This record gives sequence, C-alpha cells and structure tokens, in this order.
Amino acid sequence: MFAYILRRLLMLIPVLFGISVFIFLIMKMIPGDVVSTILGTEATDEARRQLEKQFGLNLPIYQQYLQWMGGVLTGDFGVSLRTGKPILGDIISRFGLTLELTMLSAFISWIIAIPLGIVAALKRNTSTDFGVRIISLLGVSVPNFALATLLLLVLSLAFSYYPPAGYVSLFEDPMKNLQMMILPAFVLGTAMAGAVMRMTRSSILEVLRQDFIRTIRAKGASERIVIFNHALKNAMIPILTIIGMQIGTLLGGTVIIEQIFSLPGLGQMVLTAINQRDYPVVQGAVLFIATVFVLINLLVDILYSYLDPRITYK
Amino acid sequence: MKEIMARLKKDKVGIVGVIGVGLVLLLGLFGPWLSPHDSTEMYKEHMLEGPSATYWFGTDEFGRDIFSRVVEGARVSLYVGLISVGIGASLGFVFGLIAGFFQNWVDNLIMRIMDILFAFPDILLALTIVAVLGPNLENTMIAIGIVFTPVFTRTVRAAVIAVKEMEFIISAKAIGVKTHKVIFRHVSPNVLAPFIVQSTLALSGAILTEAALSFLGLGIQPPNPSWGAMLNESRQYMEIAPWIAIFPALFIIVTIFCFNLLGDSLRDLLDPKLK
Repeated sequence: MFAYILRRLLMLIPVLFGISVFIFLIMKMIPGDVVSTILGTEATDEARRQLEKQFGLNLPIYQQYLQWMGGVLTGDFGVSLRTGKPILGDIISRFGLTLELTMLSAFISWIIAIPLGIVAALKRNTSTDFGVRIISLLGVSVPNFALATLLLLVLSLAFSYYPPAGYVSLFEDPMKNLQMMILPAFVLGTAMAGAVMRMTRSSILEVLRQDFIRTIRAKGASERIVIFNHALKNAMIPILTIIGMQIGTLLGGTVIIEQIFSLPGLGQMVLTAINQRDYPVVQGAVLFIATVFVLINLLVDILYSYLDPRITYK
Repeated sequence: MKEIMARLKKDKVGIVGVIGVGLVLLLGLFGPWLSPHDSTEMYKEHMLEGPSATYWFGTDEFGRDIFSRVVEGARVSLYVGLISVGIGASLGFVFGLIAGFFQNWVDNLIMRIMDILFAFPDILLALTIVAVLGPNLENTMIAIGIVFTPVFTRTVRAAVIAVKEMEFIISAKAIGVKTHKVIFRHVSPNVLAPFIVQSTLALSGAILTEAALSFLGLGIQPPNPSWGAMLNESRQYMEIAPWIAIFPALFIIVTIFCFNLLGDSLRDLLDPKLK
C-alpha cells in the first residue's frame, strides 16, 4: 500500500510539471506586456528596462520559467502587480474559504443524492424512479449561477431574506459563517447531486444483480441488511469515483458562486486578477487550484483501491 | 439506424428531448423573423416594463425588448455551442484516432497533454484561455473547444482500441489494406456511436460554459445578447423587475435540460451493453 502511494506520488511529478509549463506558456501568450500595463505607454526606455530586469523579462523564456518555478518550489509565488503583496499568503488565506465551501457543498449533495439514488434503484421503473431521474437531470441541467440568481430572487421577494453581508471566517463566528455559506453551498451541492444520484442508482442496480446478494437474501437476511450492509458498501466505489470527478467541477463552480455571494475565496481572487490584468496572481492561483484538483483525484484513487480489495497495488 | 429510430420512438423521455431541442433549433434559426423588435434597440420610454402585448417578456433597464433578446440569445448559444463542440470534437477525433490506433509514443504524448488539460476544472480553463486571448465571441468558442478536446480524445481512443482488435480490422490489415485506409474506412465509422453521444452531451456543456463565461463578463460582449450576460445584468434590477432575470434563466435551464434528455436517451440507445 505504502509503495503504491509513493509510486502514485512520483507519477504526479510529470503531470504537475506539465501543468506548470502549460500555465506559464499560456500566460506568456497574453498580448501586450506586463511592463506597459504597469507603466503605461509613455514610460521612458530606462524605466522600462529597469522594470523588465526586476521581473526577469530580459532573460530567455526557459530561464524565466526556471526562475518562476524555483520560486514556487521554495514557497515564493511572486508578488501581485496591484498590491505588491506576496501571492502565496493571499492564496492560502483564501483557500480556507474555498475548501470549506467545496466540502460543505459535497456534503449537501451526498445527503440529497445517495438516499434518493438508493430509493430510485429499489423502486426501479416506477413513478418514483422516473421522478428521481427527472430530478437528477434537472440537477445536472440547472447552471449554478442561474439557480443562485433565481434563489436570491425568490428569497428576497417572497421572504424578504437577504444573505448577510461582510464575510466572517469560521473561526471568528461559526454560526454567522455557516449562515453565509449555507446558500452558496446549497446551490453548488444541488448541481453536484444530480450526477451522484444517477451513479448511486445505477451502481446499486448493478450490485443487486450479483450472485452474492442472492445468496444473502436466500439466507434470509432482511432487505435492510441486504441494502445497507452489503449492496451499499459495494456500490460505494463507482459513487466515490464520480464524487472525485465532481470535486473539480465544484472547485470551478466556486469561481462563479463566490462572485455572486461576494465571498473572498480563491475563485473570486482569480476573477478579480483576470479583470485587473494582474497576471502573476492568475498564474499562481490557477496553478494552485489545478494542483489541489490533481491531489484530490489522487486521494480518491487511493481510497478507491483501499475500499476495493480486488484492485491490486502494483 | 432504423432500429435506433424505432427504439427512440418508444422512449418518451427521449422524445421530449428531441422536441425541446428541435424547438430551440427553430428559435435559433428563425429567431430574427419571430422577434417583434430589434434585440439592441432601446425604447427609452419603456424601461423596466413588465410583460405586455407589445413586449411579451417585458423590457430591461435600457428599454430593450427581452423576448427579442432571449430569441437572439438562443441564436448566440447554439452558434457558440455548435462551433465550439465542432472544434473540440474534430481535434478530439483526430487525436483519439491517432492515439488509439498506434498506441506508441505518439499516443503517450497526446494522452499526457490531455491529462494536463484534464487537470483543470472546465470553467477555470476556459476562463484562463479567454483571459489570455481577450474576451469576444471567437475566443469564447476557441476556449470552449479546447476545454472539450480531452473528453473527445479519450472517448474516441477507447472506442478505437476496442474496435481495432476485432477480426474484420485484423483481416483488412492481413490482406494489405494501407494504414490510413484502415483508419478512415474501417475503424472510424465504428467509433461513431460513442462519438455522437459525446457530442450531444458536450453541446449542453458548451452552451452552459458559454453562459457561465458571459455571466462573468468574459464571454459575449454587450450590447450583443447572451443568456448568461443578460442574467448577470438582471441581478441589479431583479427585485423591481423579476422578469428580466426569470426569462433568460428559464431559457438556459430548459435548453440544457432538453439537450441532456436527448444525450441521455441516445446514450441508452447506442450503448450496446444496455441492449
């Protein structure tokens, strides 16, 4: 097991290297240079050269990459063009919020999706099953930003409810923080619930068809034991995979949802940086999010092989 | 094909999807003749008016007719959806075919690049590409096309690998048919089924991504209507004029829902495992 995890971690290195090169190159393709963005078009040549030297822009491109990567590996993501503050500190302080939002949304989606998926599988081809299929397709089809907008509209018109303004962190005031997070997490969670619901239904159906379930039933086990002790345990593996894949969608979704609910997370940071043309920040934050995404997928993979003894760690 | 049509007729959910997609396509095609007003014309005396006989869906904060804008938005959504899926699907088809057929270092190279693209959440990748290229219609389509390339590459590659070990391909090779002919004449028609399913599902994904980008102000630029941008602009006024949020939202949801219904049914129909 340990050797397997180590091997998977080593395999991450080329992927992360590729990701960093990709982000670096794509940022280099931006028309117009950073120097003119900062100094304006009327800067003297002397000032331009000095700034170019400061950012290392006079070096060949591979050296620029090495310089950036060297910094990243030692925890120096560079500084923001706008605020002059170190980027990594900002990323870390905002990451907490995005992580909390992602986890809360994932949790909400499970408590909606897994029971409904089980019910649909057990009542296959009935109106209940049909209803769940429609709900899950709706979940997949309603874009999170549309749901968020409509939800805010209904809440304000019908209940005169407005989400509290001014962000408070979980550690300052857990209750107020939860009040702020529950709506955005609900919006993101329902979007994810559709896919999880569908996967739960089909994998439970798949498991129920297998011989060992028939044996357990034949031995006289109650339906509850069959479902909860045997079927669900075996159905968890594909469900887990889809959850792992959905985490990426969630991380992406936070970009929009954080914007709508004015939450100062990583997604909002990327968006603000894009709008302000603060490219070192975009570069750093996107690299960070992609890395987190890859790590979560690895975690899911490891969990997957841990849960299913048939998968060998070779 | 006949068999598929026959089975599709039995699938009620699939039919709803077909009809819905058909209606949206008609709306996109004949939109300019259907809409009573110009989508960018501002009727200054009629700002934020509710739905009426003249303005079926009401007007927005500039006095523009929302019905006409929604109809024009359908055009934009479908156009962006089709072109960007076209970009992603063609790139993915070629890459997938090459990777799956040869399964050598080229395969390795292609798939590692796809792994890298897969390592980004969709929206984030699209956002970054648009930010670099500059937000406008063409770049939105390019960005979405790139985002959808890896999933097509993987689908086609997997299908090619499955097909290529079949006897008729081995026979074709054995009687000396040239490699490119084997690929295009014999292998590629047999990967069409998963490819079509993927395309339908990708269409809804592409429409959704365009709406999301435009919602964030990084897609279609004003004054051109896009459902996502309309929804974003509506947020300031929606409490006094709910219709400016409700109609674009409704159209996004219904369109994506119908495409998903269709894609879902097609998947069930074309997946040989479920026969």
